[in-house]
Amino acid sequence: MFSFIARRLGLLIPTFFGVTLLTFSLIRLIPGDPVEVMMGERRVDPQMHAEALHRLGLDKPLYQQYFDYLGNLAHGNLGQSLVTRDNVWHEFTTLFPATMELALCAMIFATVLGLLAGVIAALKRGSLLDHGVMGISLTGFSMPIFWWGLILIMFFSVRLGWTPVSGRLDLLYDIEPKTGFMLIDTLLSDEEGAFVDALHHLILPSIVLGTIPLAVIARMTRSAMLEVLREDYVRTARAKGLSPARVVFVHALRNALIPVLTVLGLQVGSLLAGAVLTETIFSWPGVGKWLIDAIARRDYPVVQNGILLIATLVIIVNFVVDILYGLANPRIRHQR
Amino acid sequence: MRITLLPSLLVASLLAGPSLAHAANTLVYCSEASPAGFDPAQYTSGTEFDASAETVFNRLVQFERGGTTLVPGLAERWDVSEDGKTYTFYLRRGVKFHTTDYFKPTREFNADDVLFTFQRMLDKNHPFRTAYPSEFPYFSDMGLNKNIARIEKKDDYTVVFTLNQTDAAFASDLAMSFASIQSAEYADQLLKTGKAAEINQRPIGTGPFVFSRYQKDAVIRYKGNQDYWKPEDVKLDNLIFAITTDAATRLQKLKANECQVSGYPRPADIAEMKQDPALKVLQQPGFNLGYFAYNVTHPPLDQLAVRQALDMAINKKAILDVVYQGNGQLATNALPPAQWSYDQTIKDAPYDPEKAKALLKQAGIKKGTEISLWAMPVVRASNPNARLSAQMVQSDWAKIGIKANIVSYEWGEYIKRARQGEHDVMIYGWTGDNGDPDNWLGVLYSCDAVNGSNYSKWCDPAYDALIKQAKVSNDRDERIRLYQQAQHLLKAAVPITPIAHSIVYQPMRHNVQGFKISPFGLSAFYGVSLAE
Repeated sequence: MFSFIARRLGLLIPTFFGVTLLTFSLIRLIPGDPVEVMMGERRVDPQMHAEALHRLGLDKPLYQQYFDYLGNLAHGNLGQSLVTRDNVWHEFTTLFPATMELALCAMIFATVLGLLAGVIAALKRGSLLDHGVMGISLTGFSMPIFWWGLILIMFFSVRLGWTPVSGRLDLLYDIEPKTGFMLIDTLLSDEEGAFVDALHHLILPSIVLGTIPLAVIARMTRSAMLEVLREDYVRTARAKGLSPARVVFVHALRNALIPVLTVLGLQVGSLLAGAVLTETIFSWPGVGKWLIDAIARRDYPVVQNGILLIATLVIIVNFVVDILYGLANPRIRHQR
Repeated sequence: MRITLLPSLLVASLLAGPSLAHAANTLVYCSEASPAGFDPAQYTSGTEFDASAETVFNRLVQFERGGTTLVPGLAERWDVSEDGKTYTFYLRRGVKFHTTDYFKPTREFNADDVLFTFQRMLDKNHPFRTAYPSEFPYFSDMGLNKNIARIEKKDDYTVVFTLNQTDAAFASDLAMSFASIQSAEYADQLLKTGKAAEINQRPIGTGPFVFSRYQKDAVIRYKGNQDYWKPEDVKLDNLIFAITTDAATRLQKLKANECQVSGYPRPADIAEMKQDPALKVLQQPGFNLGYFAYNVTHPPLDQLAVRQALDMAINKKAILDVVYQGNGQLATNALPPAQWSYDQTIKDAPYDPEKAKALLKQAGIKKGTEISLWAMPVVRASNPNARLSAQMVQSDWAKIGIKANIVSYEWGEYIKRARQGEHDVMIYGWTGDNGDPDNWLGVLYSCDAVNGSNYSKWCDPAYDALIKQAKVSNDRDERIRLYQQAQHLLKAAVPITPIAHSIVYQPMRHNVQGFKISPFGLSAFYGVSLAE
C-alpha cells in the first residue's frame, strides 16, 4: 500500500508543474498586459507604462518571471493581485467558501434527486415514467446554464416572488463574515431570519448548478441499478420474501452506488467549471467570477495561483479517490 | 432523517417568502462590476469612480450634478491670473473628513490636504509614493504631470497652482474624479502604521457618503454623511452597491425591487423597462460620439476625394435604426451638441452613392480596391455594436466598388495596434472627460495626439494653430470662435465620419427621486432620495 501511495504522489509532482507552466504561459498568450488593460481607452504614456511594468516585475525575461513564480510558490507565497494589490491567498480564502457552499448544496440537490430519479426509472424500465425521467435528464444535461438560470429567475423570482433574484443574503442584513459560509455565519449572528434568508438565496443557484450533475447521476444510477437488479443475490433476496423496499434500497442500491460514487467524484471538476457561469448569473461572489475578472484584467498572479489552487484541490480529491479505490480493490493497488 | 431535513427546510423557506422589506431610506444600486480599488487617482474607469470619487470624495471644483458646468466644491471660489498660468483656490472652511472605525480626524480640511493630494501625483519621490508605489494615469494623460510647475500653500485656506503653460481647461481637469481630495492626516496615519496600501482599500474623504464596508465581488456599503458640508445633498441613510455583473440579472433585480437603480442597461431591454409600470427610464443625449476614423497616412485614404466618397456612401440613418435601434441622434460634427462651442452650421454631405462612385473614378480608384475596416470588440456607450456597424458600412462601400475587410482584435490589442496606425478605417468612440472642447478637438484630432487618440493620424497645421490658440485663451467667446473655425476645417478635411451620439438611459424604480444622468457616464447618488 505504501508503494502505491508513493507512486501516486510521484505522479502529482509533474502534474503540479504542468499546471504552473500551463497557466503561466496561457495567460501571457492573451494580448495586452495588465497596465494596458487598466488604461482602457486612455493613451498609455510609454514612460509610465515602463515604470508600472517594472514595479510589477513584468519587465524581466519570461523565464526569470517563471522561476521567480516557482521560487515564491516554494516559500508558500502566492503573491499579490496586480489590480487590487491584495494577497492572492487572502482573496481566494475570502471567496472560496461561497463557491464551496454553493457546490455542496448543488451536489446535495443533484445526488438526492438524481438517485431517486435513477432508481424509479430503473424499477419502471421501459415505462412512460422511465422515458419521461430519462428525457428530462437528457434535457437537463443539454441545458445552457445561462438560459436556464434566467428562466428560473424570471419565473420564480420576478413573476412569483418566491425566491430572491441574486446574491447570498438580503442586503439589509449586514453580517460580518466569520467563516465565509453564509449558512454558518447567519446562524452565528443575532440577526433574526438571516439563516432562512441565506437558504432562500441558495435555492435557485443550487438548482441551476446541480442540473447537469443531477442528469448524469440519474442516468448512471439507472444503468447501475438495471445491472444490479439482474444479479443473483437480488433474485435470492426477493425469493427470501424481503420487502421490495428492502430489496431495492439495501441490496440493490447499495451495490449500484459504487459506480455512482465514481461519477460523483468526477463531478467536482465540472461543478467548479459550472460555478463560473452560475456565479455570474446569480452575482455569487465566488472563485469562478473572481477568475473570469482576473483573466479580463490580465491579473497574472490571480489567474496563475487561482487556477493552481483549484487544480490542487481537484488533484487532491482525485488522489484521495485513488487511495480509497486502492484500499477497496487490491487489483488496482497492485497494478503497475 | 438527514436526507429529509434539507428538503423540508428548503420548502419551508420557499414558502416563507422574502423576509425583509426594503427600508425606506436605503437605496440599492445594481452596479456593473467590482471596483479594483477606492483611490480614484489610480484609475480611469467609471466603476472605480462611482465607488469612490462620486460617493466618498469631493474635488476642489466640481461639475454641477448632471451637467458640465463647474461649481465650487472644496474651494469656495478661485481666481485665474491675467496670463492664465496662476490659479488661486480659496478653500471652504468647516469641512470635516469622515470619522470611521479606522480613522478619527483631529482637524478639518485645509490646504495641507490639497498639497498632499497633488504632490503625491506630481512627485515620484513623495514619501507616500515611496511607501506605496502607484501610477496616476488620468493625471498624466491630461498632461498635468508636465504642466503643473508648483503648488503652494499661501495660508491654511489658500492654495496656488502655477502652470508652465496656460491651459484654459485646467479648472475643468481638477473637477474630474481622479483629482479627488485625500486627507493628509489619514495618509500620515497610514504611513506611520506601515499600511499605506489601505488608502486604496479603506477610503477617507469629505464626500456625501462614508465608506462602511466592501465585501469582495458582492457588495459595497456606505452611510449618509451626517456632517456633510452641504447637508441638503444627503438624503439617504444608507447607500448599497450590489455588484451584479450580468445585465440581464440587473434588469430582473430592478423588476423585483432588489435594487432601485441599475447601471448600464442593454439597449435591447429599454423597451421592456419602459413598459414596466414600476420602473421609469431617464434618458438624455449622450455626451459621446461614435465615429469612423480614416487613417490619412494610408493610400488611398490620403486622398481627400476618397475620404469624401466613403463618407457620403455611408447610410448613417440605417446604422442609427439598426445598430442604435433608434436610441441615438445622427452626428454631423466631431463633438456632441451639448459641448459648448459646438457649431450648429456644420452639415453633412448628403448620402449619395452615385456621386461617391464618380469621386472615386476621378481619383483613379479601381473597382474592388481593398481596405481594412476595424471594428471594436467591445460595447461602448458611443457604439453598442461596432461589428454590426462595420458590416453595414461594408455593404454600403461594396456598392461603390470598395471592398472593406472587417478586422477585430481583443480590446487592448485593438487600441495598441490602432495607435501604431495599422488600420485603414477604424470604428471608435469617445465620451467627454471634463466638458471642455479641447477634450474633443485637441485630444482626438490634433497633431500632438497623432501617437495617442488621434486615430486618423490627421495633422493639419492650420487646424492645430487654432486649437492651441484656443487652449491658452481665457476668453470664452474667443475660444468659441476659434473652436468653431477649427470645426469647419476638420469637417472639410474629412478625417472622420461622425455617425451618432447615443442616447444614454438610466432605469430606476418609480420611487427614486432627484437622480440626474451624468454626461460623463458616472452614477452619483448625492441629492437622490426615495419616496415613501
